[in-house]
Formats: sequence, structure tokens, C-alpha cells
Amino acid sequence: MKNLIWVLLVLLGLALSWSALAGEAKPLAEDPVVEQRMIKIAEEMRCLVCQNESLAGSHADLAEDLRQEIREQIRQGKSNQEVMDFMVTRYGDFVRYRPPVKPTTWLLWFGPFLLLALGLAVLAGVLRHRSRTPATEPLSAEQKQHAEALLRDQP
Amino acid sequence: MSKRFNLWFILPLAVFVGLVAFFAVGLQRDPHLVPSPLIDRPAPNFRLPQLAAQGKSFSPATYHGQVWLLNVWASWCVSCREEHPVLLKFSREQHIPLVGLDYKDQAADAQHWLDNYGNPYTLTAVDADGRVGIDYGVYGVPETYIIDKAGIIRYKQIGPITLESLQQVILPLLRELQK
Repeated sequence: MKNLIWVLLVLLGLALSWSALAGEAKPLAEDPVVEQRMIKIAEEMRCLVCQNESLAGSHADLAEDLRQEIREQIRQGKSNQEVMDFMVTRYGDFVRYRPPVKPTTWLLWFGPFLLLALGLAVLAGVLRHRSRTPATEPLSAEQKQHAEALLRDQP
Repeated sequence: MSKRFNLWFILPLAVFVGLVAFFAVGLQRDPHLVPSPLIDRPAPNFRLPQLAAQGKSFSPATYHGQVWLLNVWASWCVSCREEHPVLLKFSREQHIPLVGLDYKDQAADAQHWLDNYGNPYTLTAVDADGRVGIDYGVYGVPETYIIDKAGIIRYKQIGPITLESLQQVILPLLRELQK
């Protein structure tokens, strides 16, 4: 009975703390369409304060401000590309999770294909080399005699 | 035949050593130092109220034709405390405008800070909502911009200015720009 009371108390505590947490949640933005577009753009961007997080998921103060900035620009009728350009001119390509294709990123973009081509070339070379050399060298007369002797000894 | 084989056996080791060298260099670099795209671009324009100067505002155009520094700081910023003595030393020894940009701060706190620790700034502009900070690509306070006579950003220091960076980078560049 005592145990049951404890369990009930703990459950009550959990329920209370849950409602307290719920009370702190921020209200949704007035315009769900703007919010959705904002999140879509912000997911493509890196938060500069905590670099492992996207702008959409970061709790950093700066991320909050930048999300607000994106919302405002969407309301002003800017396209996604324009918003992205706004960020890139201020924070550089580093804010983009998808690096642009340009001479400094060629190695990044085409490097894997280069490696694949290199691997295929090596593979082709090895295969050709292997097909040219006979699989087994014929036995010399001495080896043949030795083999026959061994076979003869078998019961 | 055996010589060729040795070469092939050494190849993975060579690749491994190459990778280690590559990572060793990569790990030495601070990922928080993001190069600013604003270098060699005109300093973004703004007009902001000045701290503790009723009705007075500041705009970068004020210093057109001069080399000047814009130091982004805040009273809540811990590393700004570290940087502060260096800025005080700078303002004592150099006659170069040093403008403070009080970033996302309470005016009273900022004033209190300057009263307590000394004021190295020629003037302080108040960027209460951080809008100007966004235009300058500020992502970590303190940051310092060196702006030349034509209003072009020539250098950005991310993080506190140290005596070392002052003497080795900032002062030589200022001397160069003032020619």
C-alpha cells in the first residue's frame, strides 16, 4: 500500500513537471506557411555558433535571430534563393550545407568520381595482367618425375 | 618479381602516412574561424544611436577617408573582458578611431561595464537587436573589423584581440593602410 502511494506521488510529480514544461513552449508563429518555408530554408543552413546544428534546429541566440530574419524576408516576398544569397554574402559559403560547385570545391565534388575511375583503371590493369600470364606454369621434367613417384607410392 | 611485391606492400603504409599528415594539418585548424566573405568588400552601411549620447547617432560614413576599427562587444561577453586591456592599451597609444558596436546588450549594463573597466572607444554605437551584427556577419563576440580610407573592410579578427595579434597583425596592417 505504501509503495502504491509512492508510485502515485511520483506519477503526480511527473505530470506536474510535464505541464510546467508545456507551459514554457513557445507559441507557434502566426503564419504556418511562412513557418514551413522558413524551416525548409533554415534546414539547408549551418548555425555558425554550434556548427553541428542546422539553423532550423539550433537554440543559439544568433540562430533565433536569423530565423526571424528569414521569416521577415519571406513576408517581404523574397524567394528562397534570395534568402540564401542574403546569408551567403554575410556569412560565406560555410553557412550552406550543400557547398556550391566552383573551382575551389571541384576536388570535393568530383574527387570521389576521380577515385572511382582510378580504381577501375587499376582493376582493369590487374585483370589484363592476370589474363596474359598463364594460370599455372607447366611442370619441369624433374617435378613431373617427382610427382609420379609420389603417386606411385600411394596405396 | 619480389621487388615489385615490396612496392605494393608499402603502398598502404604510404597512403596511411599521407592521410595522417592530412588530418594532422586539418586538426590544427580552428573550425570556429570562418573566413568572412566581407573582406575587401565595402563595410555595410548603418545608422545607430550612440551609447550615452542622447539623440546622437553614428554611421560608418563619418570616418570616410580615415582608417578605423569597429569592435563588436557586449557586457555579457566573457572574452570581451579578456580583450579589454588590449583595447585600452590600443586607445592610449594610437590615434585611430576605435568604434564599439554594443551588440544585443542593455544600454545600462554596457554603460556600467565601461564605467567599471574603462572606456577604450572613441564612441559606442548601440546595436540592440543585432540587425547590424547580421549585416556584418557577426557570429561570435568579440569581433573586430579594420576598415580602410575608402570604407572597405580589410581584416576581420574573430575572437578577442590579444597583445600578440595586435602587434603582429593589426598594427602592421594599420600602418600599411594609413600610408
